[in-house]
Amino acid sequence: MEKVYGVPEGMTGEKTSFCAGCTHMLAQKLIVECLNEMGERDNAILSLAIGCSMNSVGVTDIHTIQASHGRSAAVATGISRMNPDKIVLTYQGDGDTMSIGIAESLHTANRGEKVTVITINNQIYGMTGGQMSATTLVGQKSTTGVRKPELMGYPFNFAEMIGNLKAPGYVARGALYSPKYLMQAKEMIRKALRCQKEKGLYSYVELLSFCPTNWGVAPKDCLAYCEENVLPVFPVGEFKTCF
Amino acid sequence: MAKIEVNSEKCKSCELCITVCPLGLIKLSDRFNSVGEHFAEQHDADKCTGCTLCAMMCPDFAIEVYK
Repeated sequence: MEKVYGVPEGMTGEKTSFCAGCTHMLAQKLIVECLNEMGERDNAILSLAIGCSMNSVGVTDIHTIQASHGRSAAVATGISRMNPDKIVLTYQGDGDTMSIGIAESLHTANRGEKVTVITINNQIYGMTGGQMSATTLVGQKSTTGVRKPELMGYPFNFAEMIGNLKAPGYVARGALYSPKYLMQAKEMIRKALRCQKEKGLYSYVELLSFCPTNWGVAPKDCLAYCEENVLPVFPVGEFKTCF
Repeated sequence: MAKIEVNSEKCKSCELCITVCPLGLIKLSDRFNSVGEHFAEQHDADKCTGCTLCAMMCPDFAIEVYK
């Protein structure tokens, strides 16, 4: 018998510190698979952020830098301008991109820097213990309260927002909920990397993720929970494309 | 003829593989691994088609598929 599916080349495959049912590693796997297919894994630089996303340090052999909280897009801008021949990615969470780092994320998109921003959106601050984030759904429970629009506003649709800007080349939102969504998300990451490599434009991919621990939902029930609650608020699709 | 191999030490018992198997061939074992999780286990291995959906969905690289 021949092995047809295993740990992709470029990943250690060792046990990670993520919770059971967390889909962060699926996103990492998709990124590595896309870079492998393009033959650019050794030529890529990944700028990590603060949050659960930084637990993925050392799971791949991509060149990695750890940015300060929220400043991943700014760090990636610097790397990209100094190394125009490299593929530069950021890997951030929703708290990093849309809360503390909203200025950096938005202005990087508006300047159209030659970077690919990948944001994992799980609608909650995972690492610090389930506090309300900018993308927490209306009525969703978090450890700091239930979201009420009159007090905290509505969930932040960052992808739709920068999809309306002139500079970005590719803006999309995918999900990591099931194999169907994973294949769609992989196509989005592939297009985002191609957009950077071939057109030299900014690209943004938001990936909706599970957070079973902080939602209080069992991993096996997360798909039904997300299709009912998350997807109506954060629709999956492409908002801008240069292809 | 296909089969999956589950690395019981890496499995965190999240059951995502169980939800995606189109034939329902995976279930949690009665046994524990060293950190006390009921790891996933394949039964009726001769029915497995090697579709790789379980391995694709496993966030912990615990599943390898052979065909």
